[in-house]
Order: sequence, then structure tokens, then C-alpha cells
Amino acid sequence: MFAYAVKRLIQMLVVLWAVSVIVFMMMSFTGDPVFMVVPIDATDAEIAQARRILGLDRSLPEQYVLFLKNLLQGEFGRSYVFRQPALDLILERLPATLEIVLVALLIATVVAIPLGVFAGANPQNPLSRLIMSGSLVGISLPGFWVGMMLIFIFAVELRLFPSSGRGETVEFLGIRTSLLTANGWHHIVLPAVTLSFGTLAIILRITRAGMMEVMRQDYIKFARAKGVSRRGVLYGHGLRNGLIPVVTIFGLQLGDLIAFATITETIFAWPGMGKLLIDSIYRADRPVIVVYLMLVALIFVVVNFIVDILYTMIDPRITVK
Amino acid sequence: MTAPLLSVRGLRTWFHTFAGIVKAVNGVSFDLMPGEVMGLVGESGGGKSVVGFSILGLIDPPGKIEQGEIVFDGRDLAQLPEDALRRIRGREIGMVFQDPMTSLNPVQTIGRQMDEVLRLHTTLDARARRARCVEMLESVGISQAAERLGAYPHQFSGGMRQRVVIAIAMLARPRLIIADEPTTALDVTIQSQILRLMRRQIAEEGASMILVTHDLAVVAEMVDKITVLYCGKVVEAGPVREVIDTPAHPYTRGLIDSIPNPAHRLPRLNQIPGTVPDVRNLPAGCNFRDRCPRAQALCAEVEPPLIPKRGGQQAACHFPVAIGEPA
Amino acid sequence: MASRVLSSQLVFNWRRNPPAILGTLVVLLCAVIVIAGPLLVSQNPYDLRQLSLLDSYKPPVWLDGGDPRYLLGTDGQGRDVMASIVYGTRISAMIGVTAMLMACAIGTTLGLLAGYFGGRLDALIMRVADVQLSFPSMLIALFLMSAFGTGIDKVLIALTAVGWVVYARTVRGSTLGEVQKEYVQAAHVAGLSHAKIILRHVLPNVLTPLIVIATVQVGTFILIEASLSFLGVGVPITRPSLGLLIKNGFDVLFAGLWWNSVFPGLMIMAMVFGINLMGDFLRDELNPRLK
Repeated sequence: MFAYAVKRLIQMLVVLWAVSVIVFMMMSFTGDPVFMVVPIDATDAEIAQARRILGLDRSLPEQYVLFLKNLLQGEFGRSYVFRQPALDLILERLPATLEIVLVALLIATVVAIPLGVFAGANPQNPLSRLIMSGSLVGISLPGFWVGMMLIFIFAVELRLFPSSGRGETVEFLGIRTSLLTANGWHHIVLPAVTLSFGTLAIILRITRAGMMEVMRQDYIKFARAKGVSRRGVLYGHGLRNGLIPVVTIFGLQLGDLIAFATITETIFAWPGMGKLLIDSIYRADRPVIVVYLMLVALIFVVVNFIVDILYTMIDPRITVK
Repeated sequence: MTAPLLSVRGLRTWFHTFAGIVKAVNGVSFDLMPGEVMGLVGESGGGKSVVGFSILGLIDPPGKIEQGEIVFDGRDLAQLPEDALRRIRGREIGMVFQDPMTSLNPVQTIGRQMDEVLRLHTTLDARARRARCVEMLESVGISQAAERLGAYPHQFSGGMRQRVVIAIAMLARPRLIIADEPTTALDVTIQSQILRLMRRQIAEEGASMILVTHDLAVVAEMVDKITVLYCGKVVEAGPVREVIDTPAHPYTRGLIDSIPNPAHRLPRLNQIPGTVPDVRNLPAGCNFRDRCPRAQALCAEVEPPLIPKRGGQQAACHFPVAIGEPA
Repeated sequence: MASRVLSSQLVFNWRRNPPAILGTLVVLLCAVIVIAGPLLVSQNPYDLRQLSLLDSYKPPVWLDGGDPRYLLGTDGQGRDVMASIVYGTRISAMIGVTAMLMACAIGTTLGLLAGYFGGRLDALIMRVADVQLSFPSMLIALFLMSAFGTGIDKVLIALTAVGWVVYARTVRGSTLGEVQKEYVQAAHVAGLSHAKIILRHVLPNVLTPLIVIATVQVGTFILIEASLSFLGVGVPITRPSLGLLIKNGFDVLFAGLWWNSVFPGLMIMAMVFGINLMGDFLRDELNPRLK
């Protein structure tokens, strides 16, 4: 177990290093950030000096070494726009993003798994066919358009929910969260539902496919031959086996949610790091983009690691090597 | 004379597929006395497994029991509702499946899968159940049974798993065991061990057994009587010695001749020519006639009925094989 | 011979599968729009001479103030929404299909090379694929577009960059299987060059599973492109795709002018839904084990 953890840790570091190389290269080949920091009427001398301060006058490998050194020291540079450390900007908005991502994941899981189990266990049932058609519509919809429609119906026409912003937040364990206030929940419903749509459809389809595969297995029929009821077979024997493929996609789904949160946050003016990323892209605020990408990469490798551990716990056939 | 434990009469189990109705079991009758072991024999696709599943009421759509009685201990299982059947499955009728590699749930411990049977069918408390599981595992020849209860199926070999499956099937002391090709998926060396084990267990418990198999060699040393199925119908039935020594139906004769047995003084291994016909549209007359060396014009017109012969033997053939006559 | 049996079986099952028929019809309809689009509508929405600001923000024809010339209403420049949708569909669909073809070509090539030659090349390609697969496509595309800037060519590159991996992985897997088969060994002995063996013997045998991937990917690409354009980092405003139309409609949604965004969204949904219906059918027919 320990050896496995160490091996995985090394893998994670390699992935993070690869991401740092790619991020650095992309950033170096596109545009000259020096113009982001100097005034429009700057002289050549001023530009040259700014370039020296940013380290842009050195060779690419040297720049990369400097970049990596700064990363390792947690020094990510200052935002060109906000003139604040980019890391602080991102971390300040991280809780807001995690809020809608986790609430969306919760909605998707709670709705999708029972529906998927039902559809997988009763493939011929008309309701199952309806569920499956619905899920196909779900993966065919542009998420941002769903958000707009929800705003139009529930915020503009019915005036049931606010169309933007995060609502009241309170401090809890040093983190500002809106999940502990009624007003916060009122604000989070629409964006979280919007964000959950695609993930819901995918988890549903994977759950159904997993259940259908499992319900065909001999051990299900053997359990019935033992006298186990249909329900008992479904939940006692089918579910855990059927959920194995669902667990494996959980990590990637969390990643998708974080990625699509950028759009949801933009539509609902949700003050998370996704909206900050989009704003920073518009403003070519490079340090913020770099921090965002590195942080998201870190989240992904950690989540994938947790998923692997979960996987070994749910399926005893897989032993940690 | 005692009443039979199980009496199957005119059982028809059909599968309604898109490509037509598959008459997997099409008029099967037999009786099984308490303590008796019967071999249900035929080639794959002959409908023998479907008979087993029909008895337990485990036929799923598009399959359906169309007709017939399955009288077990005075109750017609074909008419019982699902929850009544559930109380019979595992408690009064146990089943052993073909492939031990797939018939155990991979994510549950052996102990839990065994305990489930006792939880469903007995009022024993947790300790008594555990004791019974250990006892059962030991009696099927698994050492260190108490520790093995916490193991998962993948930690066992195929032969060991089949022992566990047999233990599960017999745990609640059922009066009938249906074993569906219980040794087909195992190594030859393990096969006879498992068969001997089953035979002993059945005898100890005084239970009856239906042994479903395509392998007459297996049947010969295990069973009291034989029922041979072809295309969903009984073509021959009778006590094991009579059927093996003096088969009346050419199909049975063909099955016996294809046993690779050095004790048989046959110069070569005879295979039955041809394959099982498409059961979706069977021709009129005898289903076996296209593969039968003895077929005549009559066979294409009239389906032969099952006719009693000497010594309790029955055969459905217009031109049965006489004793000593070559096939 | 085998392919004829397969195709007739495919057609046979297709005719008994209403969702598959629906999907095919929708996709064919989209193909008609893409090919004959400008002939179907009376206005070229990007020819300023054909626009009149007097006609701006007309509602759909069945509402009060609707104009019979504009079935689905108009936008702020007096553009016919239906004409915009037709032109937008062309751009969205062409981006989806072109990017899929590019991703398929590159991914298949790399997969063949990796599976056939193995070794370091294989290790390198598969490591890159592993790393890339642990990130969501949307995020990679977004990042690339943020570095490239807007443009149809750049969208194509970004989509290709995120899409090649699935082909490379699948093709590599089936190539590994094919290479071990006897006919490939025999071709080696017969002295055929690597290129000929790969193109004549391996390639045709690894293509079938790609059909499903390719079909579904067109839908995915259309959605990703729409998202990028919605965020303003996709296609340029001079050549708006459906996603950009929705973005423009979003700006006026709060004023109650819903038809500017609702109809383009419905069009995307219909198109991707049709593609996914076909994908589901093909998956069941061609490789049922693929999830």
C-alpha cells in the first residue's frame, strides 16, 4: 500500500511537471505580455526594463527554469490587472467554484443513480425508455443554453430565483461559504442545476449500462435461485457491481464540472475562479491563467488518486500493487 | 407406493424472440421420487437447462412457461406467485450452476453469500448461522472454513468455487438439488471429485437431484435413472442400466457411442452426424430423422409417441434399436 | 462478401429502430441545410445591404408585431433569425465534421504507428494520451483558444488537439491485436514493406470501432465549439456559429427578446440529438461492448 502510494505520488508529480511545461510553452509562444504591464505611451527603454523585470529578455530554457523555480516556491506572480498576487486572487474565488461544482455533483448523483439503476434493471419498461431518451437529450444540450433558459423562465418570467450573484456568505472554518445561508442556497439553485445537466445524463447512462451488464451475470441468477427477492438482488447484488464503472468516471466528471463551471459562472455572474479565468483570458492576464491551470491540474491528479483508492475499496478483485 | 417428490407433466417453455418462437421445452414429463437422482441428458441447445430453470420459476422474458404442471410436494410450481416461489428457492430446491467462475458475486465475501441463504430461509441467530456455514464448508471439503468465510470468490480456484456453490445450494437442506452441468467448466481431474462430493451430500441429506448434463459418461456413474431430451422433447427415459446398456432410441445410442471410453470395445468414436435442427421451425414428424441412420418414410410424416417398453424404459421411435443390434 | 452481409444486416435492423430512423432523418436535414443553406432563406444575414434597422427585434411571426417575412423574428440589426440559424448551422456543422476528420486522421496515424512499431514512440504517444485524458476536453480547448485567439482555423486546431486521443488509443489497441495475427506475419515473410502492411492489412481491420467514436465526436465537437464561441474565444463575430448566436441572444434575453437565443439553441439540440441517436444505434450494431 505504501509503495503504491509513493509510486502514485511520483506519477502525480510527473503529470504536474508535464502540465507546467505545456502551460509555459503555450504562454511563451503567444503574444508578448510586456505590453500588459507598461503604459501605452511607454518608451523603448521602459519596455526593455519591464522585460528585464519579467525575465523576458532571457532564453526560453532560462525562462522556464525561472518559471519552475517560482512555481515551486509558490510564487506565481502578480495579476497584471489587479496588481495582487495571482494565487490569492484564485484562492479567494476557489470556494465559490467548489460550491457550485459540489452541489451540481450532488444533484447529478442523487438523481442519476436511482434513475440509471431503474432503467438498467427494467430495460423494457416504458418509463426506462423515457428516462433514456431524456438522458440523450441531456447530453445533446449545450449547458450554457440550459442556463439561459432557466434564467429566462425562473428568474425573468416567474421571478422565483435570482439570476445572478452568490448571495449571502458566512465564514465557516475560515472559508466563506454561501451553503450555510438560506439566501445563499436561493442563489445557488439555478447555476448548480445548470451545471449538473451534462454530468447527470452521463452518470445516468453509465449506471444503466453497468446495471444492464450486471443483471445479465450468472451470479444474479444464482442469487435468485437462492431465494433472494428481486429488490434484494437489485440492491444487494447488482448495485455495487453496477456502480464500479460509475466510480471510474467520477474523477473525469468532476473535472468536466470544473471546466464547465467557467461557463456557468459567466452566465450567472457567479464570483468563482472560472469567471475569473474567462475575464483573465479577455484581459490576457497571464499569471492568473497560469495559476488557474496549475491549480486545476493539481485538483485533477488528487481526485484521480482518490478515485483509484475508492476503486480498490469497492472492487476486491483489484489489489493494490 | 410413495408419491413422487417432483412430477413434471407436459411442460412447455417457449421463448418469444423477434425471429420467431423458440420452443426450448416442448412437452416434457417425468417423475422424481424422494432420494432419487435423475440425469437429464442431451446436446447443448436441447432445452435441458431450461427445464431446470422452469422448475425454479427463473424463466425471464421473452421466455414463458406456456403449459404444463410442475408438481413439487403437492404444489404446482407453475401456478405459484413469485413470492411463494421465492420461499421454495434455496430452501426446498437448491441449484448449482454450470460455471463456478461466474456464479458467485465477486464483491461479496463467501461468508456473506452463504449467510444470505440462512437469513432468508431460517430463524437461526447470527452465531448459529455462522456455525452452520462453517460446518457446510467443511463438509464440502474446504479446510480452514472459519477463516475462508471472509475470503472473496476470486481468491478461490474453480474447483473450490464450485464446492462453495454446492455448499450454498445445500445450506438450507433442500429436498431437491438441480445441478446444471456442474462439472463442465472444471478440469477433468476435479470433475470426478466434485461429482463424488455431490453424490455423497445428496445421500447424506436424503435429497433428490436432477443432474443436467450433455455427458452420458458423467451420468452413468451418478444417477438412478435417465431422461434424454432432443429438441425440447423426451426421446428416451428409463433406469440408468437399461438406457445405457440397451438404448432404444437411435439418438441415445449415438450419444453413448460418442463417449470416449476405452472400456467400450468400439473400433472408433462415433459422432452423431449433423447438428440440432433450428428449433424455431421444426418439421413435421420425428425431429431426429435428418440425422438418423434408421429413418424411413414414416418418420417424416408421423411424430413417434413415447412408448413404454420393458423394464420401465420408454422411447419415442418408430424403429427402435433392438438389443444387441448395431445402430 | 462479409461487408455486404454486415451492411444488409445493418439496414435490416435500422428499419426496425425508430430512434435510429429519426436520428438519420435529422442528420440528413442538417446536411441539406449545410449544403443548400443559402438557397433556403431569402436573406444573407451578413450582407449589410440586405439588412434594415427598421426591422430590428421583430418577434416570431405568430406573436403580436410579427412580420411574415421573418418567420422566427429578427435580431438587433434586423437580421432574420432563421437565416442566421441556417448560416450558423453551416459553420457549426462544418467545424464539427472537419475537426472530427482531422482528429481521426491524426489519431489513427499515431495509433497505427504506436501499435505497429511499439517501443519508445508507443510509450511517448501513450503517455501524452494518458496525461491528456485526465483533463476534460473543454478545459484543454478553452486553454488553447485563450492562447490562440479567435478564428475558425484555431477552433479546428484546438478541437483536433483534444480529439485525436480517443482514436490513437482505440487504433493502437486493435493494431496490437492485428499485428499478432497470422496474415500480418505472413505478409512480413512475403517481404511486404511496413507501409504496405499497415495500409493494406492493418488499417482496414481497425476502422470499424472508429465509426461510432467519429459519429459521437461530431456532436461533442459541435457542443464544445458552441461553448467556446459563447465564451467569446471561438469563432469570430463575422462568421457566427450557433453558439455565438446564442451569446448575442443572451445579451438581450433579459429584455424578454427570447427568440434570438431560444431558436439557435433548439437547432444545436436537434442536430446533436440526431447525431447521438445515430451514434447509439451504431454502437449497438457495431461494437456492443463499447460504452
